[in-house]
Amino acid sequence: MKIKPRTFSDYATIGFPAGMLMVFFVIPFGIMIAVSFFQRVQGAFYEPAFVFDNYARFLTSFFGGILGFSIGLAALVAVVSVLLAFPFTYILTRMTRRTQVVWLVFLLSVLSLSEVLIGFGWSTLLSRTAGISNLLVALGVLDKPMSLSPSFGAVMTGMVYQTFPYTVLVLFPALSRLDPSLVEVARTLGSGPVRSFLNVVVPALRNSIVSTLIMVFVFALGCYLLPQLLGKPSHWTLSVLITDQAIYQSNMPFAAAMAVFLVLVSLSLVAISLLYGKKENAA
Amino acid sequence: MDDIKKGISRRSVLAGIAGGSAVAMAGIAGFPGIVRAQEKSLKIGAYGGYFKDSFDKHIFPEFTKATGISVESIAQPTGEAWLVQLEQAARAGQAPADVSMISQVSMLRGSAASIWAKLDPAKMPNIENVMPSFINKYDDGSVCGVGAVTWYITLVSNSDVITQAPSSWEELWKPDRAGQLGLLALVTNSFLLDVTAKTYFGGQEILDTEEGIMKVMDKLAELKDNVQLWYRDEAQFEQALKSGEIPMGQYYHDVAGLAAADGYPVRSTFPKEGGINDSGSWAVSKASEKLDLAHVFIDFMSQPEIQTLLSRKVGTSPTVARAKTSLTDAEFASVSSEIEPIIPRYDMYQQRADWLSQKWTELIVS
Repeated sequence: MKIKPRTFSDYATIGFPAGMLMVFFVIPFGIMIAVSFFQRVQGAFYEPAFVFDNYARFLTSFFGGILGFSIGLAALVAVVSVLLAFPFTYILTRMTRRTQVVWLVFLLSVLSLSEVLIGFGWSTLLSRTAGISNLLVALGVLDKPMSLSPSFGAVMTGMVYQTFPYTVLVLFPALSRLDPSLVEVARTLGSGPVRSFLNVVVPALRNSIVSTLIMVFVFALGCYLLPQLLGKPSHWTLSVLITDQAIYQSNMPFAAAMAVFLVLVSLSLVAISLLYGKKENAA
Repeated sequence: MDDIKKGISRRSVLAGIAGGSAVAMAGIAGFPGIVRAQEKSLKIGAYGGYFKDSFDKHIFPEFTKATGISVESIAQPTGEAWLVQLEQAARAGQAPADVSMISQVSMLRGSAASIWAKLDPAKMPNIENVMPSFINKYDDGSVCGVGAVTWYITLVSNSDVITQAPSSWEELWKPDRAGQLGLLALVTNSFLLDVTAKTYFGGQEILDTEEGIMKVMDKLAELKDNVQLWYRDEAQFEQALKSGEIPMGQYYHDVAGLAAADGYPVRSTFPKEGGINDSGSWAVSKASEKLDLAHVFIDFMSQPEIQTLLSRKVGTSPTVARAKTSLTDAEFASVSSEIEPIIPRYDMYQQRADWLSQKWTELIVS
């Protein structure tokens, strides 16, 4: 039974979060949109105006390519993270409470590491002089140590490392609520563990998987330090260029325009996948 | 109030007042002792890390001893990041630091936006010592910055990996340097356009026109395959240089010297075309209410003895003529060079800022 809120006081409980959202999200975002239309003063800062120059500068094949790369990278990170985290979380939910707590605390502590630490950590781990390639040489897999960073692989590794704990935590509630009898039925009817996982667990949690993909995608899209620390310039995402413009070129209007564009693109991608999910549910 | 002063340190009183509100300001008006203490402190921005540590240890205590003005040093990020913060804060009437050390490109940008307070040379007799090229002025001729220190960006190499010291910037283009270089990632702090122009085009005049700049960029594009790391953050390259992971590149002469002194196999070479000579100026935010004390500080820092101390303790090159300092030949050689330096074309970075940053990004990203 659903009880609908009727009076003003019923809504009052959401007043505080709504207020926080307003002050810390809606207002700053509004300011950013306003700044994106301001006039850039070359060699100085900017002044209030209403011009479209900043958006016009962005609409080139150069930035189109970077936007495409950023979205592709975030999507790939989301897919890889979910591919790794889903079976992991499934196994984790079947373990004892104690083991679960240990793992979750560990994952939370990984999540608390800053991007800077993760970036510098991986760049050392992937370096020629001190990195894991030395271990591979000792094991006889490689002839001589090699530098694995900066490279696309290094960026992927760093970003998946960062998003993995997040992905597990998002998937965890859904997977732990999954009715174990579903799998039991499948097993009784002769399905092996892998087959019942793929044919029963995965389809049953299709919606959770899609929403997790979206959340990780959005999370990864905002990443700007790891591509910078672990990637070559061709792996720099739009977020890196936004930082360059805002911080180093003091071109706030252009940075704001790019950021607004990035937000719009990710919002519309989210909307598309939600619509798609709805249709699928209805069918 | 006296009890409070006894109970807590002078510093925390200052900090409390500095962060206090207008109410607190009105409240202390009746306590002249406190007002004097408040007036006698200055927030000074210096580049965070080794640089600021050296100032805290060797320079600021001398200033406090000589003038009675206490210093609260603020770790500021390098380059333009600090300028943006100062500018945003000034819009809100705040000054995160009263005096800051500002690089030349940022000085010009700040001047164009008029965020620097005008300084009165009459209140700073010692700035007579500072070489005229290190005095920053607004278009109307009024002074807005005074040369604090100058530094060099040179060709650095790891002496374990590269046994023969390089002698020319041309080294960066050599095919056997593939994957071995670390270069600064931004057009406005790497000054590689100036280096390329001087090395391959007989001088920086080619940078007068857009066509000329494009020719220089084409030449620069040839070394892209040699670059392993385009760095924004000094720490990123410093580590790789020390370990030999990335054995060559451009870096700050002073910090490289410190790493060498700590026993790392790092060497800094002034190439025959010259090291890149950049400088930092003391500038005061318009939002600062302590312009008078800032004058005292800048005056103090412009004394030849203090410039000498900076060279010895911080490793920077003086902004006063060498003859005025008491640096020995060896000391001077360790912070500077007889080879004519490459002085960046600041006017170009200022006037073509957006076009340059766009072309530069396209150059290194594509």
